[in-house]
Amino acid sequence: MTPPQELPPTRGPLVYRQSIWTRLTHWTWAICLFFLLLSGLQIFNAHPNLYVGQQSGFEFNNSILRIGAINTPEGPRGQTTVFGQTFDTTGVLGMSGSAERPQFVGFPGAVTIPSTRDLATGRVVHFFFGWIFVGALFIWFLASFINGHMRRDIIPKGADLAGLPRDALDHARFRLHHGRTYTPLQKLSYFAVFFILFPLIILTGLTMSPGMDAAWPWLLDVFGGRQTARTIHFVVMVLLVLFFIVHIIMVLLAGPLNELRSMITGWYRTSPGTLAAKGDKP
Amino acid sequence: MSRLIIDRRRFLTGSAALGSTMALAGCSQFDFLAQRDNPIRNAIEQANVLTYQAQRALIGDQVLAREYAASEIRQGMKPNGSTEPTTAEYMFLRGMNFEPYRLTIKGMVDKEVSFSLAELRNMPARSQITRHDCVEGWSCIAKWTGTALGPVLDQAGVKPGARYCVYHCYDNIQRSISGDILYYESSDLVDAYHPQTILSYGLNDAVLPVSNGAPIRLRIERALGYKQPKYLHTIELVDDLSPFGQGKGGYWPDNGYDWYGGI
Repeated sequence: MTPPQELPPTRGPLVYRQSIWTRLTHWTWAICLFFLLLSGLQIFNAHPNLYVGQQSGFEFNNSILRIGAINTPEGPRGQTTVFGQTFDTTGVLGMSGSAERPQFVGFPGAVTIPSTRDLATGRVVHFFFGWIFVGALFIWFLASFINGHMRRDIIPKGADLAGLPRDALDHARFRLHHGRTYTPLQKLSYFAVFFILFPLIILTGLTMSPGMDAAWPWLLDVFGGRQTARTIHFVVMVLLVLFFIVHIIMVLLAGPLNELRSMITGWYRTSPGTLAAKGDKP
Repeated sequence: MSRLIIDRRRFLTGSAALGSTMALAGCSQFDFLAQRDNPIRNAIEQANVLTYQAQRALIGDQVLAREYAASEIRQGMKPNGSTEPTTAEYMFLRGMNFEPYRLTIKGMVDKEVSFSLAELRNMPARSQITRHDCVEGWSCIAKWTGTALGPVLDQAGVKPGARYCVYHCYDNIQRSISGDILYYESSDLVDAYHPQTILSYGLNDAVLPVSNGAPIRLRIERALGYKQPKYLHTIELVDDLSPFGQGKGGYWPDNGYDWYGGI
């Protein structure tokens, strides 16, 4: 008699992966970043130029990005100048809208709140969601420090760095492991977001406040001037948009229902072969 | 291999869903926030009150805005907003080289006082090289010379109940069917008595030009450019801002901008 052959399990245990704090702050940030991005582009449109230094060069040139429109013999065109290189960006930057009713704005109304030029409202929306964003980050740091999420899933350790090449290769081959904790690449990504990008975008935002510059003059020194801070604020925005795009692609590749479930209920279906532990569900 | 194909299919379906969501963002469904009387807008505007209270609690009343070295003055001060007022009163004063000009302090004061430009110039002077931050996003460094507002207010004697200074200006920032809309601004007494808050009559070692607010422009250095009223003629001490303009404490606040202006 041969013992009945045990089939390898087709799926791993259901693990409780995301605490209520992680889930609440995640969705709070999702909403905040949406409004912050679109109102931020509205604010940027009031002066679609970025500079390096304390001030904006009107009689000298310290501009690194300039979006505008020019008149040509064939009619107006949208133009974007980055580091002295000028590109025709008609239809997207500098000039957008329909051919009959072109809009001469930096970013098109389709990606700003409100959709028309309205700096005052853009600022009202931006600062409201800015406060919520910072509040959620404060709560997350506190909760993640106490419940171990930060130490377990966010801060990369030696083993994570050693496992990085293999993890990168797995990701490149779309071999995604659904483990109990995050993979090295995940840890590094979230570490960069929480410890670099989020603090940077908050501090550069504060550097743009003349009141905060009086309170914390070191902000001006750390970032090399108010206008440099404004430029860094913009660059970090671009990096966060890139993070968002990769984040969504990874959710779709890794199984959007399972990923969404874990960020709504906290329960996450792991890959076959994941060792069961106390508290898991089958 | 089959797993990869499923993943691709899922990926494409997901991308389509995501794409349509992103396209939704391109609509104008949040434009209602631009309506001044919208209750949701009024609610989220309270974040500006929180900012004001947080900054007042965090920043000492006497803490100075950064002052820069002379080498940082790399350009003229960019004129913005009104650059050439056309009200009859201002045109007259300008034609007289501001000889008859008087700055009046009135309202909740012990005695109303007024000063000529010569009298203001004879008061203790202060020069400061500071960064002017426009709400649009740009900054410009310039040297401002004038006399501190605090001692001038003390000459009038501010009454204990006074909470705000309202700054009345000559410039017609906007013309409407019902006539000119004159610029005005206001601040609390912390900003009014701040050591860098000066009645400036000099810019970059020259007489303050018309385009930058001659004869007197108030500098509130820890706030944005719209809190630096140009063409100033009267300072009124009050305990309530609602009777002025549309009741929000300034021309730009009446147009939806934050009153405090420190951010």
